[in-house]
Amino acid sequence: MISVRNLVRTFGEIVAVGDISFEVAEGEIFAFLGPNGAGKTTTIKMLTTLLRPTSGTVEIDGLDPTVRQHEARQRFGIVFQDPSVDDELTAYENMDFHGILYKLPRKLRVERIERLLRLFELWERRNDTVKHFSGGMRRRLEIARGLLHTPKILFLDEPTLGLDPQTRNQLWNHVRTLNQEERITVFLTTHYMEEAERVAHRIAIIDHGNIIAVGTAKELKERTGTETLEDAFLSLTGSRIREEAGSSLQQMRTMSRMWGRKR
Amino acid sequence: MNAVYVLWLRQLKRYFRSRSRMVGSLGQPLLFLVALGFGFGPIYQRAGQGNYLQFLAPGVIGMTILFSAVFSGIELIWDRHFGFLKETLVAPVPRIMIMIGRTLGGASVAMIQGLIVVGICLVAGFRPVSYATLPHALLCMALLAVMFTALGTAIASILGDFQGFQLVMNFLVMPMFFLSGALFPLNSVPRALRIVASLDPLAYGVDGMRAALTGVPAHFGWAADIGVLSAAAVFLVVLGSYLFSRVEV
Ligand SMILES: Nc1ncnc2c1ncn2[C@@H]1O[C@H](COP(=O)(O)OP(=O)(O)OP(=O)(O)O)[C@@H](O)[C@H]1O
Ligand SMILES: [Mg+2]
Repeated sequence: MISVRNLVRTFGEIVAVGDISFEVAEGEIFAFLGPNGAGKTTTIKMLTTLLRPTSGTVEIDGLDPTVRQHEARQRFGIVFQDPSVDDELTAYENMDFHGILYKLPRKLRVERIERLLRLFELWERRNDTVKHFSGGMRRRLEIARGLLHTPKILFLDEPTLGLDPQTRNQLWNHVRTLNQEERITVFLTTHYMEEAERVAHRIAIIDHGNIIAVGTAKELKERTGTETLEDAFLSLTGSRIREEAGSSLQQMRTMSRMWGRKR
Repeated sequence: MNAVYVLWLRQLKRYFRSRSRMVGSLGQPLLFLVALGFGFGPIYQRAGQGNYLQFLAPGVIGMTILFSAVFSGIELIWDRHFGFLKETLVAPVPRIMIMIGRTLGGASVAMIQGLIVVGICLVAGFRPVSYATLPHALLCMALLAVMFTALGTAIASILGDFQGFQLVMNFLVMPMFFLSGALFPLNSVPRALRIVASLDPLAYGVDGMRAALTGVPAHFGWAADIGVLSAAAVFLVVLGSYLFSRVEV
């Protein structure tokens, strides 16, 4: 369903992704784990037509997303790591606009929006503008929106970032149901090892832009001779903390302070 | 098609929800109208040129559209920083449709601002000679709104962030306004300035509006006004679409 060969992406001097190759089968839940700055988001952006690869090839459902962008975009849904909802719109409008962009028929759209907003406990607040939402509520809206159309492949980039345990549980149950009942292929990243272990069929570990191990959680633990996936992860990637020049959230805050909110 | 509608609707909703933006962007035209209109009025009259407010109003309307439209286009930078751009870029909608939706949305907002300023001008004492030619003026306004929104989008696509924004304002947008003949008649200025003005699309818009609303003969000629405005609008929309299609996030 996803096939990546010798994929490279550089930003000037920085090698964000350096020559990675992997395959994800149809109906599989595939987790991409790696320290901060390892290249997970960059890989997802290249798979979802947001970035052009420096070199290498990518295939989504047999299509090259750099060439047949439009067809590729019809096949996936995505929950971004960074915020992407419109602050000035209400939760319902954000959902509705997404449904229209993805050409969901009206009746289905109305039904699904209600179901998802209820699932993520936003239904009562559906007519509030998003700028009045808490961080976790925004996150829940991002996820609900990403699940609105049922794509063939679902990309989830740290979907559980900043969520309470109840919502995390809700999300993963829902993702598993989608995977089992609708055969949706899932490509996810997370920093919570137990989540990856619980939902993913296979796990790839990426560090400094290179994949250093791929396998089931069990295989990875056996290979490293460790008890938990977390230990396996640490023994593969080392326990040194990665430096990241200001998270994008921080950059955004600085920006909005500099310019005042919305001009 | 629905995508175009949704993106258009979004911009209008955002516009009507942020009162401060609406009020804030009307302050400038009001200031020009009052300070220049009433300040220069007597001198203009004494020079035998007639009523300055009649002359100035179309210029101020043009200015409003220029600034609102460029800002609407540049909103792309905000959408990029606050992330909404990603949502539209991964949607299964051709980029050209996104561009059209954004341009129509921005142009509609600029048009509404322009119409509000028309109202303000009327309150200030501006009197169109005939309402029969009003559609001509509206056509000029609409073409200006479309071309400058597309220009804003083109600029935002190149800049990517707000560094360089000041540069664009000072070396492109401001000169376009001041050299357009919005504030002074082009007939009597030095040749060099006249040539510069003839390269400025806003000049044709203001000229067209002035001819339609106040009955003076058009400096460039009515056909030239509409011809140049249409050509510039098409060119800038194509340019904006091309640059926007290359945007990465
Ligand atoms: N637009 C960009 N310009 C320059 N460098 C970038 C850009 N995007 C990413 N990078 C760099 O590429 C590297 C990989 O970033 P990426 O966002 O893919 O990491 P990640 O694995 O998603 O990390 P995290 O867990 O923190 O989300 C980092 O060093 C980052 O600084
Ligand atoms: Mg990331």
